[in-house]
Amino acid sequence: MAEDKIKLAVYKFSSCDGCQLSLLNLEDELLDLVGAVEIAYFLEARRQVLDPPYDVGLVEGSVSTPEEAERIIQVRKDCKTLISIGACATSGGIQALRNWADAELYKQTVYAHPEYIDSLDTATPIGAHVFVDYELRGCPVNQYQLLELISALLTGRRPNIPTHSLCVDCKRRGYACVAVSKKQPCLGPITQAGCNALCPKFSRACYGCFGPMEQPNIHSLGKMFAEKQDCKPHQMKHLLRSYNGYLEPFKQASEYYEQIEQE
Amino acid sequence: MTKITIDHNTKAILDKKDFARLIKILQEQGYTVIGPHIVDDVVSLRPIDSVKDLPIGYEDEQEKGEYSVKKVDCQSYFQYVVGQDNPRRYFMPPSQRLMSFHVDKKQFVIDQGPPQAPKLAFLGLRACDLASIQIQDRVVGYGVESTFRCESDTYYGETRRQSILIAVNCTRPGNTCFCSSMNTGPKAKENFDIALTELRQSFIVEVGSEKGKKLAQKLPLKEASESDLELAELKLQNAAKHMGRQMETEQVRKLLNNTIEDSHWDKVADKCLSCGNCTMVCPTCFCCTVTDSTDITGTKISRTKEWESCFTHQFSYASGGPQRNTIKGRYRQWMRHKLCTWWDQFGSSGCVGCGRCITWCPVGIDITEEVETLRQSNKSLLNSNNLQEVTT
Ligand code: SF4
Ligand code: SF4
Ligand code: SF4
Ligand code: SF4
Repeated sequence: MAEDKIKLAVYKFSSCDGCQLSLLNLEDELLDLVGAVEIAYFLEARRQVLDPPYDVGLVEGSVSTPEEAERIIQVRKDCKTLISIGACATSGGIQALRNWADAELYKQTVYAHPEYIDSLDTATPIGAHVFVDYELRGCPVNQYQLLELISALLTGRRPNIPTHSLCVDCKRRGYACVAVSKKQPCLGPITQAGCNALCPKFSRACYGCFGPMEQPNIHSLGKMFAEKQDCKPHQMKHLLRSYNGYLEPFKQASEYYEQIEQE
Repeated sequence: MTKITIDHNTKAILDKKDFARLIKILQEQGYTVIGPHIVDDVVSLRPIDSVKDLPIGYEDEQEKGEYSVKKVDCQSYFQYVVGQDNPRRYFMPPSQRLMSFHVDKKQFVIDQGPPQAPKLAFLGLRACDLASIQIQDRVVGYGVESTFRCESDTYYGETRRQSILIAVNCTRPGNTCFCSSMNTGPKAKENFDIALTELRQSFIVEVGSEKGKKLAQKLPLKEASESDLELAELKLQNAAKHMGRQMETEQVRKLLNNTIEDSHWDKVADKCLSCGNCTMVCPTCFCCTVTDSTDITGTKISRTKEWESCFTHQFSYASGGPQRNTIKGRYRQWMRHKLCTWWDQFGSSGCVGCGRCITWCPVGIDITEEVETLRQSNKSLLNSNNLQEVTT
């Protein structure tokens, strides 16, 4: 029945491998996964490569080099369903911070031989280059959300991936609110749930690694941080520009705070 | 144990040094005791083992969007009010696996059936909490002939039936409390098995039910003196005069039924994060979502029930999008449900004045202020006769 199995491909672009590792870390479920799909292309886990086309492609990482910009076009052609996984693939990730900076200057400063570096001036999400069917947020992705998404695809049902605020999950789990009880600048109210409120669980403010929730009111939260926690515009800018800074509407809001910081 | 006769409405004295007995007895009777306990600097409602787990000597400070506790120099047991937890966490848990099963040779095999209801003793519920439980009873249809019943929930009913409710009257109301406006507190009037009023060295114990009577008979109670009772009464009268907040409820349904297009909703929407915190902490919110899920093999299936909020898109998602697509629409829905349409649906207010939504709103939106602002800008409207009494 092997030929009936879904063919799965896992690709890496500019990234830290953390999201692919989430897949490998699924110890209890990994055997079931391997039983349910055929791993056709997954260089991090398996040397053997099957020929395309593939049924499902998972893409980790952002497009940061000319080679990647070309490769993603071919990847799209090779996969029936394409899913970008993790902050890098869905927003550009940490490396997208260079989109506001002089990338050439960075190159000259950091590398002994900058002439060997062949990178684009910007790091951009997969969705900026090709059509993607699903996006899974998080830095790294939540392995159970990844499993849920693949399971839903295999069964042909809608995946249960919430888009509401982190606060909803935080409260369900009964964690003490750090914004209200500790005056910490928690991004939970504007951040999409999915991490099981990992940071508030350890009495720490959410730093937004799952990106913006479905309809974030960033300016109201920023106003509260400014009034109650003496948060300055440049601090607000940095809060927004971390893992998902290049993803709207975090991007636009961070540019707004940059502007008023300079005024 | 007791020398005095205990009956319904009996008021007697329990010394603080004997308070540990109360918890012990409950445990001996197989109850899991749920009581106030400090978790990460917030008074929460959690399982407790002994009297040491109570926040003895602590006081809380609450403001809109602000909360803190501090140890004060006294041996008071209950000088704080409600925190972010509410009793519904136990009657309708925030996340609950309802059942799971797998497919074996084209047959469904049940792995886990409906969850077993626990036997809980609630210690230290406040008057507003008791009122919220009565409201939830009407929502779920527990113990009441209700034509409004929207769901029959056996887990809720069983937990409720097996539970014992030990209330504490509030002698130091919080800064965001307005239970006297909502006619629910600060003194517990009904729906308790036992109610306690804290004095310096002791508690006044008031019996409210047959279950409470049986428990009280096991306690080392003493006759309450006239002066003890007078002191307790005075403390409660004083508390009612020192509510942190007030809400004018006169004609509030009329007000909210006739201000749907008021520009003030836009102002609240500018501020509201649509984060859902208010609905999560509110003791009367009951909305839940049920999701079915399959595992990777497609042979194991589970059904989970979770708290849901009218502030999420999913809540009103139908035919291609959320029906309440704006934060304005969602805030208005929440507030009108609590204060206005709840009457049409369940025959009472949906707000008990506990103040949780005020304290735990990250940006400090205050339901009492919002009602007052709407009222002030619509005074002439309220005085006119040309108003809609009820809309649904
Ligand atoms: S701790 Fe953060 S995520 Fe949790 S409820 Fe508070 S603001 Fe929301
Ligand atoms: S609406 Fe607010 S004050 Fe009223 S019962 Fe709910 S949480 Fe308490
Ligand atoms: S206010 Fe919203 S979440 Fe609460 S009971 Fe009403 S509709 Fe449900
Ligand atoms: S009123 Fe406050 S707690 Fe409720 S959704 Fe709006 S911002 Fe969140």
